[in-house]
Amino acid sequence: MTEPARTERPRLAPHTRLSFDRARQRHVLLTPEAVIVLNDTGAAVLGLCDGQRTLAEIVAALEPGYREVPADEVRQFLGHLAAAGRVDLADG
Amino acid sequence: MDRPYGLLAELTYACPLQCPYCSNPLDLSRYGDELTTAEWQQVLDQASELGVLQLHLSGGEPLQRRDLTQITRHASALGLYTNLITSALGLSAGRAEELRAAGLDHVQISIQADEALLSDRIAGTPSFQRKLTAARLVKKLDWPLTLNVVLHRGNVDRIARILDLAEELGADRIELAHTQYYGWALRNRDGLLPGRDQLERAETVVRAARTRLQGRMEIIYVLPDYYSRHPKPCMGGWGRRQLTVVPNGDVLPCPTAHEVPLPRASVREHPLAWIWDQSPVFQAFRGTGWMPEPCRSCDRRELDFGGCRCQAFQLTGDAARTDPVCQLSPDHELVAAAVRAASDPAPGPSRGAGPALIPRPHPHPRPQPRPEPHS
Repeated sequence: MTEPARTERPRLAPHTRLSFDRARQRHVLLTPEAVIVLNDTGAAVLGLCDGQRTLAEIVAALEPGYREVPADEVRQFLGHLAAAGRVDLADG
Repeated sequence: MDRPYGLLAELTYACPLQCPYCSNPLDLSRYGDELTTAEWQQVLDQASELGVLQLHLSGGEPLQRRDLTQITRHASALGLYTNLITSALGLSAGRAEELRAAGLDHVQISIQADEALLSDRIAGTPSFQRKLTAARLVKKLDWPLTLNVVLHRGNVDRIARILDLAEELGADRIELAHTQYYGWALRNRDGLLPGRDQLERAETVVRAARTRLQGRMEIIYVLPDYYSRHPKPCMGGWGRRQLTVVPNGDVLPCPTAHEVPLPRASVREHPLAWIWDQSPVFQAFRGTGWMPEPCRSCDRRELDFGGCRCQAFQLTGDAARTDPVCQLSPDHELVAAAVRAASDPAPGPSRGAGPALIPRPHPHPRPQPRPEPHS
């Protein structure tokens, strides 16, 4: 699995869409064949994956809302999604 | 009760193609009285309310519905992820731009082979060049492109060239799915089921391509369940995650469940929520209570849910039996015999050709949506 480096600028893969599931009151990532259910933190991370922010900037942007953001966990989370083709990593 | 995530909308069974592995019903004449635009919009409203997040627009050929753009726009406004599953025949530049503007999220185009002669022969009509043109159009409009290829005895040996074509077209994903033996495919099984040697070669090619194309193209490879140790967890469980609405408004737990003799449930007669929660067809094989042995006491009963009810019915005449694909099924010999026949080296040069395939016929007459009711 490829984990994103601090300088990489992740963005959602073009065939995915972040959405809110009203019926179940949960955040989800929609893809052609699957629905990935997200917790609030996961949704916040993906909401920041705009291809502009670097990983370090994403972690920094999360900090006001969360007492502590483990950068390693964010990196791991994005690495999993990147391996599954849900997130693109572009070094910038 | 689980709520459904996905709705497969089979808008029409009209199709310009005649693929011999089509999973549409054998008797297409019962589906001519298609839901109207307004009826489909109501179905989508109810589906969204019920928890559906993904809408797969399929058929037949969904582009044969002139109101496809309207239906798509309605789904997009509800926030559904919309996925068009098409032969691409009828996907003109004008139509594609219209669908793009309506919010269509994703396009899946079927191709039958890597070259015109074989692809057109399988499809039963000249279509290969038009598919390539449409695939390029999809990429030009900056849509994500998935290619769908149904694999069988006649094209599985060309998998490397099919992957090359997908790469050349810039596909984001390719689904290489072996034929599932329902409907026309079951009727044509002896001519479609690949041999074990063919599968082994295909797997080698797929493994190498996955490494080579990592990060550029996602390759989904679905094995033929006849060669699996365990049956497939069909639809992730009966009435658990998905539902299908067919052209005349009947609602099914899976697109081939019309083959199983169960009471009908139609959106013309009942709300979708009632059908999902309470209708006999959705209750029939939900959970594990219906299971016979060896499923009932099996550790995998919540993993594969006894396999496919439609396959059990088609092969044994009883939908409540264990899927014969399972090696523990008392009926497994039905599948094992088909696999042996497909894998025996055939004498002479005709290897791979197999018996002649019966093409899926066109529904007759061409169904038309009913006129909108005046209200």
